[in-house]
Amino acid sequence: MGLGTYVRNIRETLETIFEGMAITASHFVRKPFTIQYPDRTEIRVQDSLPFRYRGLLDVDLEICTGCLACERACPIDCIVIDAEKDKQTKEMILKRFDIDLAKCMYCGLCSEPCPTGSIHHTPEFEGADYSLESLVRRFVKAPLVAYKPPKGPETDPEVAPILARGLRYLDEFASPGDPKAGE
Amino acid sequence: MQQFADYLLDEGILAGLPKSLGYALVIAFFAFVLLNFIMLVAGVTSWLERRVWARIQSRVGPNRVGPQGAIQWLADGIKNIMKEDIVPTAADKPLFKAAPYLAMIGFFGAWACVPFGDGLIIADLNVGVLYITAVTGLVVVGILMAGWSSNNKWALLGGMRSAAQIVSYEIPAAIAVNAVIVLTGTLSMQGIIRAQGWAPWNWFLFDNPFTFVAFFIFFVALLAEGNRTPFDLPEAESELVAGAFTEYSGLRSLLFFLVEWGNLYIIGALCTSLFLGGWQTPHFTDNGFVLGLVQFVVFFLKSYFLVFVAMWIRATLPRVRVDQLMSLCWKYLVPISFVNLLGAMLWVVAFPHGFLPARLGMFLFGIMVTIYFLMRVAFHLRRARPEMSWNPIA
Repeated sequence: MGLGTYVRNIRETLETIFEGMAITASHFVRKPFTIQYPDRTEIRVQDSLPFRYRGLLDVDLEICTGCLACERACPIDCIVIDAEKDKQTKEMILKRFDIDLAKCMYCGLCSEPCPTGSIHHTPEFEGADYSLESLVRRFVKAPLVAYKPPKGPETDPEVAPILARGLRYLDEFASPGDPKAGE
Repeated sequence: MQQFADYLLDEGILAGLPKSLGYALVIAFFAFVLLNFIMLVAGVTSWLERRVWARIQSRVGPNRVGPQGAIQWLADGIKNIMKEDIVPTAADKPLFKAAPYLAMIGFFGAWACVPFGDGLIIADLNVGVLYITAVTGLVVVGILMAGWSSNNKWALLGGMRSAAQIVSYEIPAAIAVNAVIVLTGTLSMQGIIRAQGWAPWNWFLFDNPFTFVAFFIFFVALLAEGNRTPFDLPEAESELVAGAFTEYSGLRSLLFFLVEWGNLYIIGALCTSLFLGGWQTPHFTDNGFVLGLVQFVVFFLKSYFLVFVAMWIRATLPRVRVDQLMSLCWKYLVPISFVNLLGAMLWVVAFPHGFLPARLGMFLFGIMVTIYFLMRVAFHLRRARPEMSWNPIA
């Protein structure tokens, strides 16, 4: 190693360390990028997620027709529905609607065939719990009559907004690239 | 401190006691105070270091325990004390258990000669610098012992690296110190500080070009002796799990960390007393207490600035390889420090009472380097147009 190389090594060491220290010093006064989930965000993280975000599953029982399309679509059978047709009144009676969120893989295949948009994903994603049993969501508390779509537009003021929301959810699935659908 | 002990024995609360017992009591008391001071400094440093790295890496760092995370170190310490103290079955048990205490002794002994202010020193030995250089060598024994007795390949590699590294870097450190010692003619820490002045151009850093170079050699060598990045080969998280400390848990592992972070302050205090004017302040008041307090604060801030620089270096530079470590020491630092020492000696022969134009010139040079550095920082900020946050704790 000649003297020239020796001196050049020293000079390059000093120059590169000097420049590197300047770069890190400039980072020292920059604003941190960290988002301090969950309690120091400006809005709840759930509220900042898109409408079609595939979080935990939810069911609007007011507009569930009991058609079992979601149960059949589920590839891992995490949805269990007991629905019976009442012989006298010709109505569908829902006795059980369980979703095992421990099994659910958030594929979204159940919400696509739903005729009313009753079963849908929510932006909620905090599902941690202490036991597997408590992850089974039992939506039907007592047997109830399933929804029957009327001929023509829905007139019931309580059901109409829920149905509108469900149909909008289905529309966005049908045309995910449509920018107007989300408005 | 001996005057203080004599005063207590003659007229103070210890009057009437046998002299040896009185000395032992005073020593035990000061050791207790010093140990608590060290734990406080090491703990706060550990938190501050994590915050500084975090800001440099655009993160936030620990900010949940206490205001801005300021007592995070206490939570970590309590957690570590409550952890199980595991000794591996195949380990050499007596050595394994003794190693952290040996490292601790070497580190704690050095504090006897670390000054805090005018007269605020445990023992102002007339061979203070030599004593510190020698006694910190005991830390190597502790780390090597830890590495060997763990019966673990990573630990052994870490211990061997540590021995090679610390023993090598003691040479440039000791020779660089000599550049100051030929100026003062004393090895006493307080004597070296008294030979400087409060003004930056009276510091030994700017005394002549040779002490200027010696400062950087000394700082780099001390970083290597303290196992700090870029020389943290004994610990080398990404290569050796935790190096020599792999098998340690609980309080024993905590002791090694205490040594690491406490050493950081010793590095700062040594560089401050040898090169940065120590506790020197203008004599602005005759009130001894106020003056002593200001001197303590001045010394502490200077030392802590160097601790901050060490953190900053750790966040900037990558770890060197073993061969690079050795070539840096033996091919660069050792020869340069020898030439430097020769230059310093010639300087003392030429100007036995100092040379003021050279001091002012070196001081101006230092200011110019600082200004150029700030210009480079400003350049990087302008180029990236980042979102700024001057608040250091946000």
